[in-house]
This record gives sequence, structure tokens and C-alpha cells, in this order.
Amino acid sequence: MATVSTNEFKNGLKLMFEGEPSTILDNETVKPGKGQAFNRVKIRKLISGKVLEKTIKSGESFEVADVVECDLAYLYSDGEFWHFMNNETFEQLAADAKAIGDATKWLVEQDECIITLFNGSPIIVTPPNFVELEVTETDPGLKGDTAGTGGKPATLSTGAVLRVPLFIQIGEVLKVDTRTGEYVSRVSK
Amino acid sequence: MSWQPSASIDTLQKRGQVMTDIRQFFQAKQVLEVETPALSQATVTDVHLHTFETEFVGPGFAQGQRLYLQTSPEFHMKRLLCAGSGAIFQISKSFRNEESGRYHNPEFTMLEWYQPNYDHKDLIAEVDELLRKILSTPASDIQTYQQIFIDHIGLDPLASDIEQIRQVALRYDLGDFVASESNKDTLLQCLFCFVIEPKIGLEKPIAIYNFPASQAALAQIESNDERVARRFEFYYQGIELANGFHELQDASEQLSRFEQDNANRLKEGLSAQPIDHKLINALEHGLPNCAGVALGIDRLIMLALNKRHINEVISFDVRRC
Repeated sequence: MATVSTNEFKNGLKLMFEGEPSTILDNETVKPGKGQAFNRVKIRKLISGKVLEKTIKSGESFEVADVVECDLAYLYSDGEFWHFMNNETFEQLAADAKAIGDATKWLVEQDECIITLFNGSPIIVTPPNFVELEVTETDPGLKGDTAGTGGKPATLSTGAVLRVPLFIQIGEVLKVDTRTGEYVSRVSK
Repeated sequence: MSWQPSASIDTLQKRGQVMTDIRQFFQAKQVLEVETPALSQATVTDVHLHTFETEFVGPGFAQGQRLYLQTSPEFHMKRLLCAGSGAIFQISKSFRNEESGRYHNPEFTMLEWYQPNYDHKDLIAEVDELLRKILSTPASDIQTYQQIFIDHIGLDPLASDIEQIRQVALRYDLGDFVASESNKDTLLQCLFCFVIEPKIGLEKPIAIYNFPASQAALAQIESNDERVARRFEFYYQGIELANGFHELQDASEQLSRFEQDNANRLKEGLSAQPIDHKLINALEHGLPNCAGVALGIDRLIMLALNKRHINEVISFDVRRC
């Protein structure tokens, strides 16, 4: 099993921490002139998403986490699994609800998502930064009101609910930033 | 591949001026500037220092002679003191493997000086004088290691046993190793680095003195309290700036500390280092009663010029050298 020492720590490194695949967000070495050196690291646990600040004695070794990321196109959901396909090899892969998490409300067929695999199994599904989705439900807005104060809620075809300007109508397609869950613009057809 | 220096030319001009000011400081005090070798046949035994080594092959050394880049000029300078040099200072490169970061470059510039007939408190006053000259700082605070622990975390580092120290360290969530750490000094150093150091020396420099005897290195044991050694460190704005001692004169005590270091190295899975018997022989001949201190010049210049990273004050950092 491959290991890494604290000397190999860098941002983005994937290692096993407390039994969970984790990624290093920040690493600082603290070395007194006389005495033990420490690494102060900020770590994100990939499955729970928890971010921790930890102090590690320099020189300790950690198991490398077998984590890879790949771009796969979303196909469909059968209710239990969400199915993705590699558009080059046509290999298919199924992610469960835990891996999908909140991404479920941003999945658009044929959109390429980043699937994070741990020991070959999907643990995180990251949708594209921007997706285009149709409005299925919203209160009729006031025509001509372009500078609404706070807007109104709208439901999209995936079930996602977000605030949109008052002029948005049912049936329109919106561009949404999946990282913040916020409305960006209307998409002209 | 980038060929440009990591520091700006403007910074290097200001750095040059600081170097001139430091030399003037010592010339005015009639302290002799010396140069000692960067390469040495022996090296430090400190468990936490990693040395660079190389091999010399040449006339007289056909079979090869292992040489170590010095981690500080201390041993050579003490041999000069034993030979009767009187007060001396040196500005030289020191080399430490496995050190690189915001405050570390594997080779760095050290200012080291020794004053006969000074004790640690006299030298604390002189370091303060130099900082006031170079950094225009107000007078430094001076505090014992014991008191700074009591004031900041309510722990007496000298009277407490390892379990009491561990309980305090666990409260600060300092890392998983705390629960199983068997070295009292490692726990104290961790508390010092992460809990105390960020809160001290912010407005003005602070000198901490009387470190635990187990962290004495080359300092004399305090005659009034054998639990501590006459060692001091200066901290300013989150930077550890200088480390000094009222120097240990006892050759056999020094030798046994080196041997103890080597025993600890073996316990940690490191190889023992060759003990510098030339230094031990010099101490046997006689080291004058003196105090000495090493000050990181790159860090001093970071503070003087308000730079955030050591790379900004050295011409070519390890990634560009």
C-alpha cells in the first residue's frame, strides 16, 4: 500500500485520514529552531464533507487514498441508482443516493459531471458549474417588472427551488450556478 | 524555467543596508567579525535537525572524508572562543535539510555572536538593543517559560507531569498524536507553538527564558532551579527570531548531552551522528564564561521590510537556486 510522508503534503493530495479518503486543502510547516516540527493541515474528508484543522508531527506517514476523478455524462436514474457513461469508452457506472447527494437537483441528461471514485466506487458527483433547466412552477409575474425586489420562488424540472426575478414565466429555461444554487440568466431559445 | 530572483532588487538594496547596519552595530562594540567553515567533519546530534552531507575526495583523503554542512556556526565559533578570540560575531549561511516554508529555506543566513562575561540576561538586553536599532521596536518584554505557560494556559510546565500536560493539550484539539505522545517536551512544544506563540510578541518583541532543562541544548543549567536551563528565545509578530544560551562550559556534561541525543535519535529510528570531539576537546581546554545567540537574518529582514514570505527577502529560494 502506497504511503506519503508529511514532506510530500501539498494542496489537493488525497490521503486516508481517520479511515476516510480526504484531501489536503492547506498545509503549513511549523518548525521551531530547537524541537519537534509539525504540519498544520486543513483537510476535507471526501465522504462526510467535513473540513478539519489538524496538527501532525512532521515525518508521520499516511496511506494514499485511491481516489480518481473522471468526467462522465449523466444518463438516467432508475430511482435507486443514477447512471453515468464515459462518452469515449461507453463504459457505464452507477452512483447511489449518498454519492449523488444534493447534485440530484442539478442533473441534466447528457451533461458531463465529475465523478470522484474511491477504490473504484463513486463517492462524489459534482455537476457542471452551470446547468440549464426549465421552470415548471412559479407564480405569474408582473410583465415589465425587471427590477424586482428579491424576486419569487420558482421550481425547476429537477425539483430544485430557487429565487428568480419576477418576470420569469413557466416554461422558460434558466441558467443556474450549481455551486451557489443561484439564478444567472434566462436562456434564449 | 524562471531565472529571475525571488526578491525584488529594491528589497535586496534594503537588505544590503540592514547588513551594513548590523556590522556597524558590532564594530561600534568592538566585536570581531569572523568566518568559520561551512563544512565540518562532525555535526550536531540534535534529534530535530537534519543535516546535509557530502564527501570530500582529494589529497590526504583518498578514501574520502564525509563532511557535513553546518546547521549553525556554533561549534566552530566556540572553538575560537576557547582559543582566546574574545567577543566575536559572524554572518554566514547555515544549512538544514527538510526545512522549507514561509519562514524556512534549506540554506539561510544566520547572525551568531558571543560575548565573554555575559550571562543570558545580559545578552537578552543586547539582542533587544539590536532589534531596536534595526526594527525600531519598543523595548522587548521578558518573561520566563514557566510564567508564560501559567499566564496563557494555566499550566505549570515544570511542576506538571506528562499526563497533566496531555489533558491540557487535548483541550486544545492539537492533533491525534497528543493522546499517545510519550515525550513531554513534544507536548510542551506543541502547546507553545500553537497556543502560546500566536498570542505573544505581537506589539513588541518578547524574550522567553529559562526553558526546561530537557530542552537545554548547549545552555547552562540554572543554579537556582535545576529544572530549567539558561536558554532564551526571541519572538516577534509570530516569528521565532533568535535562540541564545548562557553557554555550557562543562566538557563532560556537553559530551553526555550529545550521547543522550544520539541515544534518542536511535530510539526515533534515526542514525546516530558523529560527535564533534574537537569541540569537546576545546571545552576541556576551557570555554570562557560567555553567552551566545543565533538570529535568523532573513526573518529579521522580513520583519524590517514587512514581507510575508522568506522567498521575498532572499535572492534565489530553493525552487530557483
